[in-house]
Amino acid sequence: MADKLLEIKDLNVIYETDESTVYAVNGLNLSINEGETLGLVGETGAGKTTTALSIMKLLPEKIGLIKKGEIILDDINVTNATEHDMRLLRGDTVSMIFQDPMTSLNPTLTVGEQIAEVLELHKKDMNKEQVQKRVEEILELVGLPAERKSEYPHQFSGGMKQRVVIAIALACEPKLLLADEPTTALDVTIQAQVLEMMKELKDKLNTAMLLITHDLGVVAETCDRVAIMYAGEIIELGTVEDIFNGNKHHPYTDGLFGSLPDLTKKTRRLSPIEGLMPDPTDLPSGCPFHTRCNKCMDICKTEKPKITVDNSHMIKCHLFK
Amino acid sequence: MTDNTVLNNSKAVRKSKVKKRSQLKSIWFRYKKNKLAMLGLVLLIILTLVSICAPLLANYNEDAIRQDMKNRLQFPNKDHIFGTDQYGRDLFARIIFGARVSLSISLITIAVSLSIGIIIGSVAGFYGGKIDDVLMRIMDVFLAIPQMLMAISIVAALGPGTGNLIAAMSISNVPRFARIVRSSILTIKDQEFVEAAKACGTRDGRIIAKHIVPNAIGPIIVQATLNIAETIISISGLSFLGLGIKAPTPEWGSMLSEGKEQMRYYPYLVIIPGMAIVFAVMALNLMGDGLRDALDPRLKN
Repeated sequence: MADKLLEIKDLNVIYETDESTVYAVNGLNLSINEGETLGLVGETGAGKTTTALSIMKLLPEKIGLIKKGEIILDDINVTNATEHDMRLLRGDTVSMIFQDPMTSLNPTLTVGEQIAEVLELHKKDMNKEQVQKRVEEILELVGLPAERKSEYPHQFSGGMKQRVVIAIALACEPKLLLADEPTTALDVTIQAQVLEMMKELKDKLNTAMLLITHDLGVVAETCDRVAIMYAGEIIELGTVEDIFNGNKHHPYTDGLFGSLPDLTKKTRRLSPIEGLMPDPTDLPSGCPFHTRCNKCMDICKTEKPKITVDNSHMIKCHLFK
Repeated sequence: MTDNTVLNNSKAVRKSKVKKRSQLKSIWFRYKKNKLAMLGLVLLIILTLVSICAPLLANYNEDAIRQDMKNRLQFPNKDHIFGTDQYGRDLFARIIFGARVSLSISLITIAVSLSIGIIIGSVAGFYGGKIDDVLMRIMDVFLAIPQMLMAISIVAALGPGTGNLIAAMSISNVPRFARIVRSSILTIKDQEFVEAAKACGTRDGRIIAKHIVPNAIGPIIVQATLNIAETIISISGLSFLGLGIKAPTPEWGSMLSEGKEQMRYYPYLVIIPGMAIVFAVMALNLMGDGLRDALDPRLKN
């Protein structure tokens, strides 16, 4: 088994505003091995992005707080690292791809300058020519002609901008890549291209990846393991086979798959999960999913479910004991 | 196979070669299209050239300073194309040396107040919270006093003179720059590319200098060019009141002030310096507008 690159233990993150406290992440445990791709799936507001931002320590200042738990990235404890140490880590060991490529590039700098910036910050021993050479190299790598490095972001299309963003993220060959819904803003054909490219680059550079998405198709396509997140907790975790082909599932995962169209079965309607995500300022007692669960038992309402482990497959539900 | 797909992807993207153009060239290209802005630029270039070449066109001591009572109050003629004032000094020489004073003082003033304003405004806007409160309340105190009154009181306290004039004008300009810089930084600092820069491990100072200020520079430059124009007016105003440049040194405002007694019979004494001020201010205003359109890369096509 490969080395653990990232380990998150019992992470609790809250957002504290004047009116209320939002419990965004509640006791999350997660680990990623080197070179592995983990898909993090869940509804909007489940705490996926918060988890990624905690790893980078980029939670909004004064509001977002890591209340409890540890994040260990490449043998460094992120939770109590200083701002200075984090700055050295960001972009070098861990980098992030943001959701919207349209707004995550600076409109006043050429794409070449923006890629060069990461290199100037982290590869201090490189001289100007080496940086320029590397910029050209990385642009070719993401499938853009090197001579376009002196152009501005507005001269690129959405898919090409996302390629530039990926180029910036990969310029220093980070060990971990956090991809926060990297394809949501792109149309389907470009989505497939970008995903394919990310997969190839990941294999080439042996980068581990945390892929945040709510598209189960994307997960099946690219990930090694999948974590299903609900109300700030991971409720099911397993290999892609466990989740997509296994027969034991958390009712929420069943619900997720039930709301996808299946070409092989004949059904009149999709069966979405009833109700909404619980209010993160006021989470229900017991299992957070019990208010929407169709297999809800009495115990679910009062007691938090324990984790059931079956080889690589982990489920957090009272049904399996 | 892996390499092949990447290569094919790159071919798909490589549809056409875009003509390369350096940033300065494309700014110039867009600026050129604006006729009025070009008029402003031409006027300003003439003004600058004239003030730089002033010693070649006239003798400072002989024409602009020395009194020549025999030739006083001559209407514009062959020898004195703008005529002479009540002390017989050549008005043309005084106008061109006056341009030197107005332009240099206003440029220094704007350079000083702009740099201080950018530092204060960007620190306040970027960090927010208490730092923002303290800095902006201090700026509010300065803003509470009308600009002209403030300049007058500073000059009155320190005494007239070029250095004091620059200090007075700079101090009264700083809060305006700080405010405009802060407000443009507030709109930019929450954009995703700033967060992306943070996620790359960029330092705060570098984020401000490379990512935020260049994106906010449009309004700042416009404000700066317009403020140069305003500063020229203020300097003339102060000199008109006798608080600016000291007497024998030619200055447009003090020339107006000296000419106003003879205005009824020798109107050219006020018309000519007045026109000089109007042209300088108009040139700068037109240029400011043109620059704003040319500098904003988001308007590029």
